[in-house]
Amino acid sequence: MKLSHATIVSPGTTKINRTGGWRTFMPQFNYEKCTKCGICRTYCPEGIVSLVSEKYVADLDYCKGCGICANECPKNCIVMVLEAK
Amino acid sequence: MKKMKVVEGAYAVAHAAKVCKPHVICAYPITPQTHIAECLSQFKADGELTGESINVESEFAALSCLIGASAIGARTYSATSSQGLAMMHEALFNASGMRFPIVITVVNRAMSAPINIWNDHQDSISQRDTGWIQLYAENVQEAADMTAQAYKIAENKNVLMPAMVCMDGFILSHVFEPVVLLEQDITDDFLPPYDPEYYLDPKNPMTFGALGDPSVYTEYRYLQDKAMENALEVIEKTSMEFNDMYGRYYGGLIDGYRLDDAEIVIAAMGSIIGTLKDTVDELRTEGIIAGILKIRSFRPFPKKEVRRIAKGAGIIVAIDKNISLGTGEGALCTEIKACLHSAGIDTPVFGSMLGHGGRDVSKEVIEKLVYRAGDMMKHGLKEENEFTDLRRELL
Amino acid sequence: MSNENLLAPGHRGCAGCCDAIAAKFVLEAIGSDCVVCSPTGCLEVFTTPYPESSWKVPWIHSLFDNAGAIAAGMETALKAMGKKGDTKVVVIAGDGATFDIGLQCISGAFERGHDIVYICIDNEAYMNTGVQRSAATPMFASTTTSPSGSVSYGNPTLKKDMPAILAAHGSPYVATASISYAPDFIRKVKKAASTGGPTYVQVHAPCCTGWGFDGSKTIEIGRLAVETALMPLYEMEGREITRVKKIKNRKPVDEYLRMQKRFSHLFSDASGKEVIKKIQGMADWNAKHYGLE
Repeated sequence: MKLSHATIVSPGTTKINRTGGWRTFMPQFNYEKCTKCGICRTYCPEGIVSLVSEKYVADLDYCKGCGICANECPKNCIVMVLEAK
Repeated sequence: MKKMKVVEGAYAVAHAAKVCKPHVICAYPITPQTHIAECLSQFKADGELTGESINVESEFAALSCLIGASAIGARTYSATSSQGLAMMHEALFNASGMRFPIVITVVNRAMSAPINIWNDHQDSISQRDTGWIQLYAENVQEAADMTAQAYKIAENKNVLMPAMVCMDGFILSHVFEPVVLLEQDITDDFLPPYDPEYYLDPKNPMTFGALGDPSVYTEYRYLQDKAMENALEVIEKTSMEFNDMYGRYYGGLIDGYRLDDAEIVIAAMGSIIGTLKDTVDELRTEGIIAGILKIRSFRPFPKKEVRRIAKGAGIIVAIDKNISLGTGEGALCTEIKACLHSAGIDTPVFGSMLGHGGRDVSKEVIEKLVYRAGDMMKHGLKEENEFTDLRRELL
Repeated sequence: MSNENLLAPGHRGCAGCCDAIAAKFVLEAIGSDCVVCSPTGCLEVFTTPYPESSWKVPWIHSLFDNAGAIAAGMETALKAMGKKGDTKVVVIAGDGATFDIGLQCISGAFERGHDIVYICIDNEAYMNTGVQRSAATPMFASTTTSPSGSVSYGNPTLKKDMPAILAAHGSPYVATASISYAPDFIRKVKKAASTGGPTYVQVHAPCCTGWGFDGSKTIEIGRLAVETALMPLYEMEGREITRVKKIKNRKPVDEYLRMQKRFSHLFSDASGKEVIKKIQGMADWNAKHYGLE
């Protein structure tokens, strides 16, 4: 990797760093109670909860397991479970 | 014969800056730079500036605004002195590390404390490690012309380092001299528009100023050092190009006056060169074979040129209007000695510090200095350095 | 809300990081036609670990103390080069850089009236360097340079009223917000961006690492700050408060304080109870002064 003349970096390149390896707990979604309010997507600090085929899904490559989505879901659809590795 | 106009030094420099068409100017007033800031404000009020100017709240803000502007791709200009330059200290490193070719005029003034508004070089010399090109002007014409040269050097793709054009406070800033005001039509040719490879652009969103951790920091410093090295050649070439187009030449990295056969070489920077030239002419009539090594570029330091001249000299007197406290001598003296030593050149170097805090340097003081240098040349250095114009009766 | 995420994942923010949430909302509100400056701080450090960057908008980091001036310079250059158009010049800064060391540059930029949007992510201390107090640290919060101890209840000074300071500079729009009230915050950022001149939004952001709570509670604690009236949400246009977020059932400050380690020293004995009463007094004052009920 050759350096340019100053620390100038291309956009969005942190995505090569998969922070999913950080977590201990992972979010488990129960879609029966989900009203699609989108609060889980709104408050995710990584911005990795998105609507995929009508269901809110966390991108596990990046999910740090912070648990904000589970804490905020008004219908308690999300449970943080210990991730089996 | 070009048309000359009698103007104040500050006006000539402000005019030159205007002619270089910076997009953004910020100057915070400080004596003895103030007239430059005021001239620029008057240009703005009369609709003569092609760019914008900001009445910033401090020198630190001035340089910071220019860093932001340069990141957008703008050509930028500021001027300051002494405390103002010191206040920019942090931002000087930042501008250099981010490789923004900002140009500022430093109207040299002593550093507080004690508070003193008159000329010496402590301000710019104290910033010699910040990664800025430093050029020192002998007279008003050169100070103005150096401004255009500074942009050309700084914006060169193999350099991309910021530059400060140093001119002695009051001595050059407040003097009225006939000068050829920097010609707009020639400058439009000499100085093409600033064309950076990277700049902040929503259509091409890049990140500037990322964290450089231990695995890459050294290499970035190395690249800056290489840029300074490249600047050595660029400064020489630019001086010659300037001469081709404007018909005015001041030397490149250095200039010499009656140097070819000089036994006693006086090395100095800035307006004192004028006094030295008169003194050397008189000394020559007395049979003293003295000459002047005018250092134009202090950063990058012209090691090759200094070594070449030192080889033929009997002694070098290094004049410093500054002191690096704790070494007992001024920076020019130290740097000359270092560059000679590492090339195995044993020409003796005597360090003379004078003119601190604006103390007037007379021909008599220089003559006495040169007589002693002649003596030391024959009988060896008794001391390494001295405060040449010290008033012992006060101590 | 648009799905566009202008802050890429993979950044090094803590799990539950309030700065990341705040920055995400700011970019959602502003969009891609902007140039952003962040001074030194958590956000800057965790989003730009060389050779990576999370930012998908043009972004610059210069120094800790000059974000206001960098923004002023960027805005002026865009104007001077005829490139301004609708491009927003934005600062996303922490409270340290805003309330303390960068105050001079913000003051200058606001006084001169540059068209910039200044967002301060207020997590109430110098987080990136290890949780030292700033002028935004609330009274009685324990930080590493204002720790609680046998003769100390923590930070001894009131939070500096930055919104009032910038309103006094003549800013046409100043607002306080909270990351826990996302639509409100995003609306305020949009309003700040569409208002010409220097505008300011200060967004309260609970920091799990610095305040001492589990990352999952970030939004919940932010909500409590507002519900207790310790963090009033309001907007100022010119120098007048023009809109406030009313509180339906104001909660006692205990509920907010007891969730954070930085206030845990107030719960150990009777003297702590007296201090909590003082904090309740501050909340009561806010409710009255800002007309929150």
